[in-house]
Amino acid sequence: MSRLFPAPLLSLSLFGLWLLLNLSVSAGNLLLAAALGILAPLLMAPLRPQHAHVRRPWVIVKLIGRVGLDVVLSNLQVARGVLRAGKRPPRSAFVHIPLALRDPHGLAALSMITTVVPGTVWSELALDRSVLLLHVFDLEDEAAFIKHFKEIYERPLMEIFQ
Amino acid sequence: MTGLLANAVLASLFIFALAMGLTLVRLFRGPSAQDRVLALDYLYILAMLTMLVLGIRYASDTYFEGALLIALFGFVGSFALAKFLLRGEVIE
Amino acid sequence: MTESLTLPFWLELVTALLLVTGSLFALVGAIGLVRLKDYFQRMHPPALASTIGAWCVALASIIYFSWLKEAAVLHAWLIPILLSITVPVTTLLLARAGLFRKRQAKEPVPEEVSSGLDSGN
Repeated sequence: MSRLFPAPLLSLSLFGLWLLLNLSVSAGNLLLAAALGILAPLLMAPLRPQHAHVRRPWVIVKLIGRVGLDVVLSNLQVARGVLRAGKRPPRSAFVHIPLALRDPHGLAALSMITTVVPGTVWSELALDRSVLLLHVFDLEDEAAFIKHFKEIYERPLMEIFQ
Repeated sequence: MTGLLANAVLASLFIFALAMGLTLVRLFRGPSAQDRVLALDYLYILAMLTMLVLGIRYASDTYFEGALLIALFGFVGSFALAKFLLRGEVIE
Repeated sequence: MTESLTLPFWLELVTALLLVTGSLFALVGAIGLVRLKDYFQRMHPPALASTIGAWCVALASIIYFSWLKEAAVLHAWLIPILLSITVPVTTLLLARAGLFRKRQAKEPVPEEVSSGLDSGN
């Protein structure tokens, strides 16, 4: 079973993607979608240097919900910051964040989260993955921000990937 | 489609056009190369969203495919440009 | 527009609001792109359009086409998914390119985070 589906999540999302793009659940499309979902990960397997071990689906769901909420909130903050930029320039700053997360897939997910949330941009990662340089749009309290960041994003990712 | 939705579609098309105009200001003004690439990337995103709105306006599915294509081309274009800037030697 | 489709009023209102909200966020992003002073500050506003702007427009499109075809037409949601995969890649590269070029030009940006590592180990 695990040889047929080296990456079940990838297979499932490819299956869904095909059906969504074709907007039909006819037998032919189901068959094609299944073929894509099974064959693509098998053919791609040699290209992937490392396997991701994803655990605790419930944490993933909670993290996605949390990120969605944060995206909306920080959208409003950044929009307000932009519109008031003439009166009060945003206090942008680079922040060094010490990381405990080492798994490459977890770091990739973290970089996606930080760039998708408008208020932060992932800028640079140290070669040994111990420090992250993050640019923050409007920084109030550096220590509190780092604590919040590690609490909200890094810990769930460590639970999922390590 | 009744008046409310038609007007909303027109309004949002107008706003997107305005946003594109502003982005063009940044694209032409620069000052640095990475600013221009950033503006170009934003222009792609705006064009893609405009395609989606046009799809609603003309009640046609084909615009969705156009939007997907713009998204892919935009991604490859900005990726290549940003990668080029990373190599350090750019003649401006 | 020859299509004569009657959406229920509340659904039409929701679609209209979503469209206008999404485009307004995109406009604020463009304003930020023009107004903000520093390159790294300007990296933030484009995320407005690629997140909430795209969500609103895609949702409006889903609602409208689902009514038009009387079935769940969800494929517009692929756009936000695609954006959430591609935008981080370009943003990350642009941030690194900005840091690199500003360091070359000796402008005040933080030095490389890996530079102090060798002496420590």
